[in-house]
Amino acid sequence: MKTVVLLVDDEAPFVETMTKRLIKRDLTVISAYSGPEALTKLDQESHVDVVILDVKMPGMDGIDTLKEIKKTLPLVEVIMLTGHATIETGIEGMKLGAFDYLMKPCDIDMLLQKVQEARAKKDKHNEKIAQARIQEIALRHGV
Amino acid sequence: METQPYYRALMRNMMLIVILVSFAPLLLISALNEYRFENSYREKVIAHLMEVVQKHQQGITMFLNDKLAYVVNLANSVSYDQIKDETYLNHKLAILQKSYGGVFVDLGVVDDQGLQVAYAGAFKLEKADYGKTEWFKKAIHQNYYISDVFLGLRRQPHFIITVKQKHDGKDWILRATVDFEVFNALVESVHIGQTGSAFIINKEGEFQTKPRLDPKLSLEFQQKFISIRDFQDASKMNKPIEPDDIGMGTIDGKPFGDRGISVGNVNYAGRDFIYLITPLKDKEWILVYQQEDADAFSDLNQTRNLSIIILVIGGVSITVMAFLLSRKMVAHIKKADQGKEMMNEQVIEAGKLASVGELASGIAHEINNPIAIMVEEAGWIGDLLDEEDLVQCQNLEEFRRALSQIKTQGSRCKEITHKLLSFARKTDPRVREVLINDIIEEIVSISGQQAKYNNVKIVTHLDPDIPQVGASPSEMQQVLLNLINNAIDAIGSGGGNIEITSRRNGQYVTIDVADTGQGIPQAMMNRIFDPFFTTKPVGKGTGLGLSICYGIIKKMGGDITINSSVGMGSTFHIHLPAPKSENQNQQ
Repeated sequence: MKTVVLLVDDEAPFVETMTKRLIKRDLTVISAYSGPEALTKLDQESHVDVVILDVKMPGMDGIDTLKEIKKTLPLVEVIMLTGHATIETGIEGMKLGAFDYLMKPCDIDMLLQKVQEARAKKDKHNEKIAQARIQEIALRHGV
Repeated sequence: METQPYYRALMRNMMLIVILVSFAPLLLISALNEYRFENSYREKVIAHLMEVVQKHQQGITMFLNDKLAYVVNLANSVSYDQIKDETYLNHKLAILQKSYGGVFVDLGVVDDQGLQVAYAGAFKLEKADYGKTEWFKKAIHQNYYISDVFLGLRRQPHFIITVKQKHDGKDWILRATVDFEVFNALVESVHIGQTGSAFIINKEGEFQTKPRLDPKLSLEFQQKFISIRDFQDASKMNKPIEPDDIGMGTIDGKPFGDRGISVGNVNYAGRDFIYLITPLKDKEWILVYQQEDADAFSDLNQTRNLSIIILVIGGVSITVMAFLLSRKMVAHIKKADQGKEMMNEQVIEAGKLASVGELASGIAHEINNPIAIMVEEAGWIGDLLDEEDLVQCQNLEEFRRALSQIKTQGSRCKEITHKLLSFARKTDPRVREVLINDIIEEIVSISGQQAKYNNVKIVTHLDPDIPQVGASPSEMQQVLLNLINNAIDAIGSGGGNIEITSRRNGQYVTIDVADTGQGIPQAMMNRIFDPFFTTKPVGKGTGLGLSICYGIIKKMGGDITINSSVGMGSTFHIHLPAPKSENQNQQ
């Protein structure tokens, strides 16, 4: 099963090229050009595994978008892309539940690796939840 | 350097103002006091002298009148026949001498021809012929006559009192000689101070008494003085003596005035004299009192000298104080000015750094996105190249090289923008107690590889006893890393040493980073901490490293200084303030 990635950045050329490159690396990529658009897309495509989110965007920025995502879909992992990596933004992102952050321009292989790790984490979470469900159901049945 | 004259002028002005303000009232008061005091004192002295002179004038007049009265009495009380008898005359002389001491020397009776018919006295002048003498010529025409002092037949100074009487239609004269010494003593007793003396002169300017002091000077002067007075005309005595009369000074003599005394000043032989002149004996004689000005007003002069000395000492001390005070003030002002200037420079520097920082972060953000896109596009082409079957394409390797070059240059751009951003942003500025030695060791180990690659040896001399300092570790790392990188670049390919020393330096902990590199030319010293100032070849440095270091160290309250000589190498000194509590612990 292919990893589904939502790529969010206000820079259209960046999104387009990145999308092509990620698709080429066997990912399913959905692209969005702003925070609100990303949230709408997430609503429509509930099977998104990882969101790659640019921090610096006009209007609703990466941090706000991250907060919204975590509110509605806590299981979706988010990788932050920043123009410059400051410890502060990094730490803030992590506190809000981002999986990791990367500096722009980033190496495609590095990004890919992070995406896979995020996917793995999400899968693990899902598995745990599934197991918990099974147990719950089993227990309920048992009762 | 050009401010030096400004401070000199400032100091001079301050000094002048202080001196002027202090001196003006001092001088005014002194001058006023001096003027008032001198005037009143002079008046007093002159009044006193006038008193003395007047008393003596009266005394002398009384003396003369007294003696005359006795002689007149004698002449009236006896007949010519009685008095002709020398025994009787001797008897009368004895009575006179008994009641008047040695005043009367002798007595004589002279007939109308000037022949002395009777004589009583010590000089054996019986039958002396006075017919041709001056005094006889005058005495024979007057009832009473007092002569000037003359030597006479006996060759001794004396003067005589004569009284004319009639007997048998013929005049005869009773002549009494008054002792010069007794009379002289009367006048000589007037002496005040060192030079004050009195004497009497007659119309011809001949002394009637012996001047007490310096008779030569007095004589010489008196002759000149008297020569301009017409004593023949007694009425002229009441005229003031004109300055020109003397020809050698002034004598602002008033007429004899209320008390019959004329006061004047005369400059003679370079000395000022005060003169009091009063007529005697129906203006035939003049009583002269002379005293040197300096002597008469010696108290005044002493007071004046004292006040001049005080004034001079005061003036000198005011001047010295003014000098010292203004020098101190100007030094203070200079120091304050320098402080202000330095402050201004720092403010400008800080402002410059801040604006550059803002600019840099803006640019970095804006540039990062296009660079990211470029790098991604290049990556995409790389991806596509992998996909295509381009084995037969001759330029495949060139494509790959070009793409990797784009990637490399993209990451170089990234590095530059990241440096720019770190210049602007605050990398974990939280200050805590850090061990500088640990940070140095950490950074040295990080830079070690790069140093070895450049044939540079890093040696550390760390003082284990230096106290902890309050600093942000990440900022300190950045500072040290920048300095070491610069040092490595300065050493270049030839290889060399970097010595890092930590030591305690009074209130500061000092870190020295010394290299054996090319050194910094003096001309660049001032600009070395300016943002974007770099001597490295294009693409090697951003020119931000040292200005970041400068900003960090200044923010911590420390300082960064350089010693450098071209060809020998440079040493950067970082001075960090040691915390106060640490100082106390150490003590």
